Parts: sequence; C-alpha cells; structure tokens
Amino acid sequence: MTTTIPLSITVDGEQRDLDVDPRTTLLDALRERLAVTTPKKGCDHGQCGACTVLVDGRRVLSCLTLAVAKDGADVVTANGLAPDGGSHPVTEAFLANDAFQCGYCTPGQVCSAVGAIDEARRGMPSAATADLAGDDVVLDRAEIAERMSGNLCRCAAYVNIVTAVEEAASR
Amino acid sequence: MTTMDARSMGTSVRRIEGPDKVTGTAPYAGDTVADGTLVLYPVQATVARGEITAIDTSAATALPGVAAVVTHLDAPRLADDGDPEHRVLQGTTVHHRGQYVAAVLADHAEVAAEAARLVVVSYDEAPSTTGFDPDGGSYTPSALGNGQAPDSVVGDPDAALAAAPVVVKASYATPMEHHNPMEPHATTATWVDGRAIVHEASQGADLARQTLATLFDAEVEVSSPHVGGGFGTKGFLHAGTVLAVLAARTVPGRPVRFALGRRQMFETVGYRPATVQHMALGAEADGRLDALVHDVVGATARYKEFVEPAGGSSRSMYAAPHRRTSHRAVPLDLDAPTYMRAPGEAPGSFGLECAMDELAVALDMDPIELRVRNEPSVHPENGLPFSSRGLVECLRTGAERFGWSTWDRAPRRRLVDGWWHGVGVGCGTFPAFRMPGSTAEITFTGGRYVVAIGAADIGQGARTVLTQIAADALGVDVGSIEVEIGSTSLPVGSIAGGSAGTASWGSTVVEAADRFRDKYGEDPDDGDHADAATPDNPWAEEFAMAAYVAQFAEVAVHADTGEIRVPRLLGTFGVGRILNPTLGRSQLQGGMVWGLSMALHEESVVDPRFGEVINHDLAGYHIAANADVREIDAQWIDEDDGYVNPMGAKGIGEIGIVGVAAAIANATYHATGVRVRSLPITCDDLLTDPAFG
Repeated sequence: MTTTIPLSITVDGEQRDLDVDPRTTLLDALRERLAVTTPKKGCDHGQCGACTVLVDGRRVLSCLTLAVAKDGADVVTANGLAPDGGSHPVTEAFLANDAFQCGYCTPGQVCSAVGAIDEARRGMPSAATADLAGDDVVLDRAEIAERMSGNLCRCAAYVNIVTAVEEAASR
Repeated sequence: MTTMDARSMGTSVRRIEGPDKVTGTAPYAGDTVADGTLVLYPVQATVARGEITAIDTSAATALPGVAAVVTHLDAPRLADDGDPEHRVLQGTTVHHRGQYVAAVLADHAEVAAEAARLVVVSYDEAPSTTGFDPDGGSYTPSALGNGQAPDSVVGDPDAALAAAPVVVKASYATPMEHHNPMEPHATTATWVDGRAIVHEASQGADLARQTLATLFDAEVEVSSPHVGGGFGTKGFLHAGTVLAVLAARTVPGRPVRFALGRRQMFETVGYRPATVQHMALGAEADGRLDALVHDVVGATARYKEFVEPAGGSSRSMYAAPHRRTSHRAVPLDLDAPTYMRAPGEAPGSFGLECAMDELAVALDMDPIELRVRNEPSVHPENGLPFSSRGLVECLRTGAERFGWSTWDRAPRRRLVDGWWHGVGVGCGTFPAFRMPGSTAEITFTGGRYVVAIGAADIGQGARTVLTQIAADALGVDVGSIEVEIGSTSLPVGSIAGGSAGTASWGSTVVEAADRFRDKYGEDPDDGDHADAATPDNPWAEEFAMAAYVAQFAEVAVHADTGEIRVPRLLGTFGVGRILNPTLGRSQLQGGMVWGLSMALHEESVVDPRFGEVINHDLAGYHIAANADVREIDAQWIDEDDGYVNPMGAKGIGEIGIVGVAAAIANATYHATGVRVRSLPITCDDLLTDPAFG
C-alpha cells in the first residue's frame, strides 16, 4: 500500500485535516481530496498560473507545491479572499472591468493580482522596475503586465486584466 | 431590410456568470468531485504508425487502487460513425504517436498515472512520414475543411500574369499551431441504467450527445455549463471524450473523469495544419489587379482528412478579372488537424496580405490605396452583391486613427534609441452565416421569461448576449429574462463555432419571442410558453455576407538583437451591430492578441523521426503573455446590415485574428527592410538576413 502522510491546512478560513500520498500536489489535494475546485489545472507544470493560490499570504503555484510541504499553512483561494461572503477589491475590479472571458484562468489571475499588489507595496522590484534600489514601486501598466505575465490567458483578456489590477491597486 | 430596435443590445451588460468565474465556483467539466469518482489516465502509442502486437496489463492491474485497465482486447464495441478519430480502442492499428491504446482507471490520479506507466505495449512499427514537405507527394482533396471546393478559377490567370506590367510572386509558410485553451479538454462520464451522463467541455452539448449516442447506441445526456475556452478544438469530439465514456461503461454507476494534461493537448485534440502558400499577383501600373493566384499546399492526416481552406478569403477580398485558388494536401502520420480560430482566413490572410504589401512596394504605392483600388463592387467569384462591406471605411477610419499618414512609406527610416520602428497594414474577412437546427423555448414563470436553448458559452458571453437579445425581442428589461444554456436537457442548440453562434441562437430566440407575443400578447399568464426553430435566412442566397477588418500594427525591432515588439495594434472592424461593446471589444482584442501570438510566437515543431510535437507544453509552445501585449485597441464602424439576421450582428469570434500576422510582418519589413515570409517571425529570421545589417 502507498504510504500516506497526515496533513493539516487551513483552506479559505476552514481547518482541514487529511492523509495524502506524498506525491500529491497542493493543487490535487485541494481539488481532488478537499473538493476545493476554485484553483484550476491548466498545465500541471507551473507554466500557466491557473492554479495560483495564496499560501501564508504569498502567491504560489499550487501544482508545483507538494501538499506535505505545506503542513500547517494558511491557504486562500479566489473564493476565500473575502470572508463572510463579502466582496474583495480585486474580484470587484475584475467584474467591473470584464477582465476575463472563459473564466478558467481567472481564479489564478485574481490570486496572482492580490499577491502582485502586495509585493509592489512591499517594494519588491520586477524586471520592469527602473530603480531596483528604490523603495517605491509605482504599479503602472507596464509593471502590472510584467508582474501578471506568469498567468496566461488564452482568451487574451490582458488589456482588461491590467486595468482591473490597476484599479484594485489604487484602492 | 431593417434590424430590430435595440434597447439592451448595444449596451455593456455585465457578464451574467461573472461572480461565479471570479470566485472559481463556476463548474467546469473537470471540477466534478462526486464520491467514488475514478480517475482515468491514458496509455498512448509510442510509434507513429504500426500495429499493436501485444499488451501486458498485469503489473498495472496489480497495483493497489487500480479499478480497471481497458484495452482494445476488452473494450466495449462502438458503432462506426464514419470518423476514424472515434474508433477508440477498437483495433490494433496505430495512426499516430500519442494515440490512445489503453486506459487505466484508479481511485487517485497518482496511482492511475503510475499504473499507466506499467502497461507494456508491443508494436510492429511501420514506416511513417510526419514531417511536412510541401514539395512531397500531395493530392487534390475532395473538399476543404469548410466544405468548399478545393479549386476555383475565373478567366485565364496564367495568361494575365504573363501579360501584367507588374508582378509579385512569392511563397509564404505558416506552421502547425495548437489551440491550447486554458482548460484542457475534460470529460466526466457515468453510466446509469444504460444511459451515459456526461459532463463535457464542449462547444456544443448536443453535437457531443449526438456523436456519443451514435457511437454507443445509447441514450446520452451532456451538460457543459461552463467551458474554459474552445477556439475550435472543443467542437467535434476527439478521442479523449470517447475514451472516457468507453472506459466508464466498464464500471457502471461509477463516475470516470478524464482531464487531459497539457501535453495531451498537443497529441489528440487537433491543430491548425501547416501551409505553404504560393501567391502571384499581376497588376497594372495604377494598382488595379489583373490576376490574383493563391495556390495552397497544406498538411493533413493520412487517416483523417482535414484541409485548411487557406485560399478561401482570396476568393472574395479583391477584384481581379483573372483569378485562381487551389488547395493540395500532403498526408502525414499525425493526429488529425481540425478547425482552429479562423480556419483558412488566419493563415490565408498572411499569404494574401503580405503579397499585397509586396505589390504596393513594387508599385511604389500606399498599401491602403492599393487595397481601395481593388475593392470589388460584387463578390468577385459568384457575382452576388454584398449585404454590407465596410473594408474601405475600416481602412480609411483606421488609418486616420492610427496616424498612418505621418509615416514615410520607405522602409528602414525610423531608428529610435536602438530600435527600428515601422508600421504595416493587413486586412481580413470572415463569413457571416447562420447555422440551422436550434430550437428556443420561452416560458413565462414567476414574472420572468425563461429562455431555454442548448447554446454554449465558451467565454464569448452567450449567456449575457442572448439575455440582451431576448429582452429586446420581448420588449422587456434584461432583469426579466433568465437564459438557460449548456445542456442537452434544454432544446437543441447548434455549436459555438464558425463565428455563427450568436447569429444562429439569437435568430432563433427572436423567432420564439415573436411567436410568444403573437400567442399571448404583452400580458402572459404564468406557464405560457412558445418555441421556435431557427428560421432560414431568406437573404442567404441573395447576398454575400461577411465581416471585414483592417489591422494596423507598429513594430519595434531591436537593431542589435532583432527582438521584435509590437507597441501598437489597432483593428478597425466592420461587423454589423456590436451587441455588447465591452464583451465585443474584449473578444476582438483577444483575437488580435492571437494574431500577435501567431505572428511572433506560435509554432508546433514535429520531430520527423518520431512524429511527436517536441515543444508540447506551455514553456515550449509560446502563447502571448500579458507583457507581450502593449497598446491594443479594437474599434468598429457604424454598420447597419438588416440582411444577416434580425439583430444586424455579424460574428466576431474569429475576425479579430485575421490580418494581424500580415500587418506585423509588413510592419517588420517597413521597420527593417527585411521581408520575412514564414511564421512565426523570430530574431534569427532578421539576424541571418544580410539586409538587416
């Protein structure tokens, strides 16, 4: 029999305990074991971003993360950004700016946007940042496009995604 | 003819399913998590052509957690629907590498994948041909992928070319490309009391139902409420769906889920086949075309024919008294090609619109003016008048908005901070038609009108736009409409394809609304209902109907590295009435990004030794990412076309991509003086050309 390992994580505010095959990715643990299907599987190779979730506040590719390595972690999906069923500035901005078409990459885009806005606020530079030593990152359209380029959108709603992130970041 | 009055149509109603999509709670076909679900992992052929001589499943079957291993030796028999792609596990013949030869069902994905690796398949390999050689053995297909004849001739094009004062002859190549919707194909299937219940990622639930019902000679239900992109690959069923339903039949009562991996998206769900296009244009000194020739050689699969109709748009774009299009097919031992966004027009416009640009250079004429001078008054082949044709207006208004006239026409003139800048134009068309066979039902219940039709929302916004159409057809607010789509439990809907979904379903909804009002007036009782089938378009044989676009591109090419960027794209469209400006603009812009991606990134590379796409993932097969897209804008002209349908709307799903690659290639020439005639255009194309400097 396959060895399983006990795992305890918080998913969208709820404590979840399970036993997983050590080969199980965080994405498969969420989708297949916990029925949390908000993060999507677009490539399973960390190349598309559809599986992006927030782990302890930072955006990660859940398909490249082994579940057993995240014991005790706080995992937030696009469906858990606003506790109590309220709205979140990023999801609101995505809706207001029609920043999606088919919607499959969208939960990953939303989590990635939350992470990207936070990274910029903490002064983390990107390849589009002119002054790498500076403290302030101005999240203009070029910065947003660069920071969101790990999340592919084949419908190519990129123009509206950038506008949505710009709007959410300004709140 | 006049179009119907619009109150909601033409306004930017928000996507109805938006809240479900931004929270990830909209259910896609792979999101089914019912207890007892078995995960399917396929075993795929490792040879491109041959016969299976033995399959050893003993090690796989012995693995704990494996529920079944299905092979051609024990798979249920399928009826033959005439599509070789659907003969899954029905015999020993291997037609292409990656073909499904067995399926493992297991409790968990990890176990299924491991068990699939333990299945040992022996082959008697046969010689195969998988590399596309346009000069290799080709044949004349009986029909193109769109059903049209492979060849067309008007006048004597060869004689006209020989006599023309100015002639451009050049060959253009477009590569194999894969659709790669973000949602890989997925099927969840359960057999209950001899019926198959299928949750499918599909551009047409009823087409999927019909196909499966024929193959399995059984009742089939298909639901497909949300689809993570299609672009043509989720229209006709591919082998994976058949495999899932077939395997599920061996474990009655248990759901079986097969969500394709990204790699399988390069092996079993079709692609746009490679083409080489031999163009010849003969013109008078004033630019008027004497002859237009578009001879296409394209790849197809040996076991299933699909021929990209790349010469199709050359039959209608420009006037010329002497003209020819032809299509020849080279059969390969590969997965079968299929429809991919703007099949025919997307690659075909690269050949035609680059050749027109080369002719403009040869004539020392503005390429916009050259196109205007060759604007036909009627369809150049069949003589039908156009229901509307906005190409010249698109060119004029687009040029104005783009600032076209501020650029010196000569190439290689503008070097800014180490980047060569240039601009280019490319045009395009896509047919506007209506598919028969839908039925819409309208029921008044609880003070609202429920509109039911088996349409598909693959991201284009069918739910939203059909709500707007129904509201206007019934003369009520959108809040009084509830649209139900995406299931075979509803009246039949045609597919989301051919840029004809909204036109087909919308015409049907309008007809049903008219009948509803005729029957019940403005004050219906609860439960009143009416239905209607898709009405024929009485004008279909009277007019040539199509959408048009003029695409403008500015490129910047790094003088040292040859890196190409596209700082600006503008598409100006003549597409009838835009039903929802926000959704419409997004769809058109998305198509334009596809064009950018086609121009600079996309190419599936087949290793001819093995018949395998070697860049079979999203790291190796590049599609445009966010930062590849700079300033991009889609605009449209006012166009009132009462002949296409009551809404006056031409399809917009595909026209966005058409002409973009040519515009970028032409702009690259304008920037650098280097003419690249094969896609994608990459740094090495420029750096290896002596003219680049």
